[in-house]
Amino acid sequence: MKPILLRGGRLIDPSRGIDEKGDLLIARGIVESVGGKLGNPDDADVIDCAGLIVSPGFIDVHCHLREPGREDVETVATGARAAAAGGFTAVCAMPNTEPVTDNQAAVGFIVRQAQRAAAARVYPIGAISVGQAGKVLAEFGEMVGAGAVAVSDDGRPVASAQLMRTALEYARTFRIPVIDHCEEPTLAAGGAMNEGIVSAELGLKGIPAEAEEIMVIRDILLARLTGGHVHLAHMSTRGSVELIRWGKERGINVTAEVCPHHLSLTEESVRGYDTDAKMNPPLRTAADVEALQEAVKDGTIDLIATDHAPHHYDEKEREFADAPNGIVGLETALSVVVTNLVKDGSLGYSDLIERMACAPARIFNLPGGRLEKGSVADITVFDPKAEWVVEPSKFLSKGRNTPYAGMALTGRAACTIVAGLVVYRSGVSA
Amino acid sequence: MTGALGKDLLGLESLTGDQIRLILDTAEPFKEISERAIKKVPALRGSTIVNLFFENSTRTRISFEFAEKRLSADTVNVSSSGSSVSKGETLVDTARNLEAMRIDMVVIRHSASGAAQFLAERIESNVINAGDGTHEHPTQGLLDILTLRDNFGSLEGRRVCICGDILHSRVARSNIWGLTKLGAEVAVCGPRSLMPSAIDEFGVKVFDRIEDAIEWAEALNVLRLQLERMTSGYIPSSREYNRVFGITRERLDRAPRDVLILHPGPMNRGVEIDSDVADGPHSVILDQVTNGVAVRMAVLYLLAGGKPELAEAAKGGSGRGREEDRS
Repeated sequence: MKPILLRGGRLIDPSRGIDEKGDLLIARGIVESVGGKLGNPDDADVIDCAGLIVSPGFIDVHCHLREPGREDVETVATGARAAAAGGFTAVCAMPNTEPVTDNQAAVGFIVRQAQRAAAARVYPIGAISVGQAGKVLAEFGEMVGAGAVAVSDDGRPVASAQLMRTALEYARTFRIPVIDHCEEPTLAAGGAMNEGIVSAELGLKGIPAEAEEIMVIRDILLARLTGGHVHLAHMSTRGSVELIRWGKERGINVTAEVCPHHLSLTEESVRGYDTDAKMNPPLRTAADVEALQEAVKDGTIDLIATDHAPHHYDEKEREFADAPNGIVGLETALSVVVTNLVKDGSLGYSDLIERMACAPARIFNLPGGRLEKGSVADITVFDPKAEWVVEPSKFLSKGRNTPYAGMALTGRAACTIVAGLVVYRSGVSA
Repeated sequence: MTGALGKDLLGLESLTGDQIRLILDTAEPFKEISERAIKKVPALRGSTIVNLFFENSTRTRISFEFAEKRLSADTVNVSSSGSSVSKGETLVDTARNLEAMRIDMVVIRHSASGAAQFLAERIESNVINAGDGTHEHPTQGLLDILTLRDNFGSLEGRRVCICGDILHSRVARSNIWGLTKLGAEVAVCGPRSLMPSAIDEFGVKVFDRIEDAIEWAEALNVLRLQLERMTSGYIPSSREYNRVFGITRERLDRAPRDVLILHPGPMNRGVEIDSDVADGPHSVILDQVTNGVAVRMAVLYLLAGGKPELAEAAKGGSGRGREEDRS
């Protein structure tokens, strides 16, 4: 393994307060030297980073890689390559596979598939309950032993407050977060989009913001009760932001994520019954988008995650109410955030890196998240000025379901390095 | 082959007031055709129309079929049961297969909101929405409005209240858009559990009490109460619904004026409307049905590229209006 010299980039590591122009040397899979001019030591491969930003590797704590079960729409390998192309050095895979990732063997399978893919790292998330059925607690201990980094029944939200309480208590032993998809099932039943004027006009059953918020406050209160760490997935409403703020002010162990689409699109995208604008939680109102953007800036929301959810073309090419929820996000996340939050100056690159690299590593207790001598060499190099038009057919993901198709975006990964190996470089998958 | 309405009729929300007036004006000469002994003109001779009904319908399907036949179109009826749809074929595949047989128009009724638009964006034939989920039912809205116009002359400033299950009603939505665009004042009345939570943003008046609605309105469009609304818990019982929201003779007698009564059918007598009201002197419920055929003839004719001013001539039997336009 030859050393790699990232030459002349803007090195940003908010965890250490670094933002300076300089070189970064990687050797034997770890960061050897950060900053200054390093010449060309040890015949390193030199990557010219002039005009580019060198960041700790981005980590997506929320994606759906569909393997095992739906290898026709995504596999661990294609998902890991798509992640690398989007600048992610690691992703966490949700357990709503077929069969459900609810035991150590299933977790181990994903770990092995990820090793074979040799692209972005893939950390499995185990199920909270056996079969995600919401009844019996899954074996957290064995799953963590096999490589799981968190537990969640994502996609099949935990309806029982008692089960959620037990999960938060039990997870403390293993120091892992319990991730909840906050959705009160009876209020959300049959809903296809945000409840409001647009759903009323389109004649689609709505999901009220309160369906999310009721569960957000339930989970925060259960975290207070148990001292467990609850991580709230894909927050979508202004009310949720206020509730999280309330919880954090009281020192409750709650963290939260938001998806790029909830920071950039509103329910208006559903007009025309575009199934690529259908996801759960649904796109909300402009006031929600504004509150979520504010929460990302002030840290009420800790991190940005994609909820990457590939679906087959045929499944999306149908009547809106019958189409599945979800969009792909790994290859557009960085650009959507840069275009919608950074470009107008409201979010700095340092904050972006905190939300996409440092916070995920810290909160999920994962390697990376730093540019420091001796730290693992998971590095994302991105071009903050790159202009491109989203062409789904060029995605490395098998999924093409994106509401950003045809849109011009700014900012794009130039080079993704995992453990000192280049796994993606400007349009060419390694 | 795009006329004054565009390729498709998907809803009244996307039409202008002028386009709605054009349909109503075009319907006028077509009314007379149905009164003849020989109820047929050659305006759509040679056109092939598929009535694609994924949801049960008697009145709308028959009304469309009469409209098509009275314009001399060749028609085929496809229903979901007993067709390839029941074998799992997707909506778009069904439509593309029909289109491959070289058809000109599709009239679609479907339980999913947006199904008509979905189809319209994927096939070249004209698409007419005959009711999509809880979204729109534009020809029903048009025939309701035509019936109101027959009685009022103009809709401008007229007060119309739509009563009942607004939340699940495509008829309500089409009426709200259409009436508003023609300058009518529109209100809704019904239990709040059967109203969109965003109803206040629709720009319509909302009455919680039917007595207040009757006092205000010059016409009531009384919607059918679907029985499944009780089983799914939106309201407790049809008996209480009748007691609280039913249009009864007693309630109408207290109105300060005669109130025109419309109902899109089929009626639940004794639930949303009492028989003596439905059959009473101010009921125009059967006029609606008659107007339905004329309105649908007008829509078919205009979408096929017929010139509105030639509708009169088409009625006369030359059929040339359409031919000229297609060349």
